[in-house]
Amino acid sequence: MIAAQDRKLALSNIGVAYTAFLLGTLCGLLQVFIRNDAIQLPAWLDYYQILTAHGVLLALIFTTFFIFGFFVTGMSKSLGNFGPKVRLVSWIGFWVTVIGTVLATAMIVSGEASVLYTFYAPLKASGWYYVGLALFVVGTWISSFALVSHYMVWRKTNKGQLSPLFAFMTITTIILWLIACLGVVATVLFQYIPWTFGWVDTIDVELSRSLFWYFGHPLVYFWLLPAYMAWYVIVPKLVGTTVFSDSLARLSFVLFILFSIPVGFHHQLTEPGISNFWKFLQVMLTFMVIIPSLMTAFSMFATFETAGRKNGGKGLFGWFTKLPWKDIRFTSIFVAMAFFIPGGAGGIINASFQLNEVVHNTLWVVGHFHITVGTPVAMTFMGLTFWLIPYLTGRKFTKAMQKLGFVQIVTWSVGMLMMSTAQHVLGLLGAPRRTAFSSYNNHASTLEWFDGIISSHVTMAIGGSILFLSAMLLIYIVVMTMFLSPKAVKEKDMVEFPMAESGKASTPKFLENWWIWIGIAFALIFIAYAIPLGDMIQHAPPGAEGLKTW
Amino acid sequence: MHFHKYEKIWLVFGIVALTIFLGVVGVSAFSHDHTPAGGMHTIDPKKVNETAPFDKPGVTQLDDDTYQVAIVAMAFGYTTPEKLRVPAGKEIVFHVTSSDVVHSFTIDNTKVNMMAVPGQITMKSYTFTEPGKYLILCNEYCGTGHHMMFNEIEVY
Repeated sequence: MIAAQDRKLALSNIGVAYTAFLLGTLCGLLQVFIRNDAIQLPAWLDYYQILTAHGVLLALIFTTFFIFGFFVTGMSKSLGNFGPKVRLVSWIGFWVTVIGTVLATAMIVSGEASVLYTFYAPLKASGWYYVGLALFVVGTWISSFALVSHYMVWRKTNKGQLSPLFAFMTITTIILWLIACLGVVATVLFQYIPWTFGWVDTIDVELSRSLFWYFGHPLVYFWLLPAYMAWYVIVPKLVGTTVFSDSLARLSFVLFILFSIPVGFHHQLTEPGISNFWKFLQVMLTFMVIIPSLMTAFSMFATFETAGRKNGGKGLFGWFTKLPWKDIRFTSIFVAMAFFIPGGAGGIINASFQLNEVVHNTLWVVGHFHITVGTPVAMTFMGLTFWLIPYLTGRKFTKAMQKLGFVQIVTWSVGMLMMSTAQHVLGLLGAPRRTAFSSYNNHASTLEWFDGIISSHVTMAIGGSILFLSAMLLIYIVVMTMFLSPKAVKEKDMVEFPMAESGKASTPKFLENWWIWIGIAFALIFIAYAIPLGDMIQHAPPGAEGLKTW
Repeated sequence: MHFHKYEKIWLVFGIVALTIFLGVVGVSAFSHDHTPAGGMHTIDPKKVNETAPFDKPGVTQLDDDTYQVAIVAMAFGYTTPEKLRVPAGKEIVFHVTSSDVVHSFTIDNTKVNMMAVPGQITMKSYTFTEPGKYLILCNEYCGTGHHMMFNEIEVY
């Protein structure tokens, strides 16, 4: 069991995460019904306001706070309890992030920031929205530095040794996050804040978009890597084996530092200001992440087969039936992985240069991120929640809760399958994303889109309702395991942190030489961005004035 | 670093597939001109209405086989003087910009899906094969009336 103070820190992070989850999923429920034309919002509430809240609360706040809760617990578990300084800095980071969150959320609620979580200029929200976002990022940086210094203390006292896999992966994710945030910090600090507070009159829109997407794509890997950590480090323990290959796990993680950042242009393929050469170069770099993804897929199935055979699985596929399917901690994460197969394939389609025109800004994209961040990542976090909270509170994860966990995972899967399939199909037909209910004056094309059994607002709304039900079950489980379940007194009731053994004997030392990876990462960023961004700044058009169009 | 034999096969297969795939995308892009909407021309977003070709938005015939369509996207519509009508089987070059916030100019059932960014001009060349009435819509959030932002183009 880790120190009580570290547990409190982790629980506070998880508490904020699930508060955001509760509010964010409620917004999601309202959205599917508005798009179904089933409800009309009161005049003081706008569809796009709810959409902004949904995106910010779930994609940014829920993920980030949960990730830090997970990191704090795992770092304390694998490297030892935090020292007083690390703990203090972590708390400062936590509070700065919370203040940023509250400020940004208050602006959204008051209707001053219906600009969605991508806040594309020259839509002009209240300056305090951008200040809130900046504080949020700075807060995560402070928390990150606390974790990095905890790691450095360990490295100093364990000279020449490779760090435990969990710590290695945490540091990888943090390095990725710090480099990624440079883009959004640059645009918010030097473009948005001076402009919204009236110190300058105009903003260079294309530059702000490019800096945003420099951040926006690695952001999705910041969500994904902690899920991958669970897959690499937690899952082998749950199925009763060790990490398949320590060195390959580390290699795949450092490859993500290299190939998830210099790729933001693939979100800007249908826009002007970037020449085809640079768009295509970043498309190629985007596809390099397929390599560590294939390595991860191989490791996962190798882990499953090893464990299944150890448990007596025979024949080509007999091992599959010998996996611990009755263990919700495992089954939830397995389902999450399964969703990532179509999710990843859809990602390849989106980034395929000219093919992007078919799906760009359609509902397809919404379907895509609901089966990437919305299920593989979110459901992995749910699978972690089942044991992480009882582990931290010292309560039981009772039989009743385990059964409820199954119901929660099944409902989330069914709801998501319905909703995301509807969204994918509607997107292919041409229905736009980020759009309130509209039949475009009953245009024939529009009526055609929604005419199917799958491609209808009804399917999307049923899916969304099931998802909301599932979300509320999860909130119930969270509240129970956090405050109400009976305390675990007996040894057998204690919930463990399942961390698998990872043999480091043959792992090459250079994998943990961070300067190599940071150096290559910056070199790739320079190659991919220096010339096109330089051109953009040099040949900038007169800036655009801000507008509040909501 | 040790790679399992099967893992080597798996990764080699994956990397070869990836290379072929990128080759196909790249050749199609640069030798057959299958590139997404784009363009490097800039414009003063405050002077859109006095800058060619947006001072006379709409359809202009350039020569026997080419037509130009200039569109200004704005909250919440597209400035076109009359109904948009273009012939099938001819090359249509769309020029799109925005006079306020970011929008899109997207024609349903086609590959015309262009971002309209203030300060920039987006271009896309497209040849319609089927006559008909096509829905034009904005698929980038632009404000309260975003879902009311649409138009129609008739192909004859």
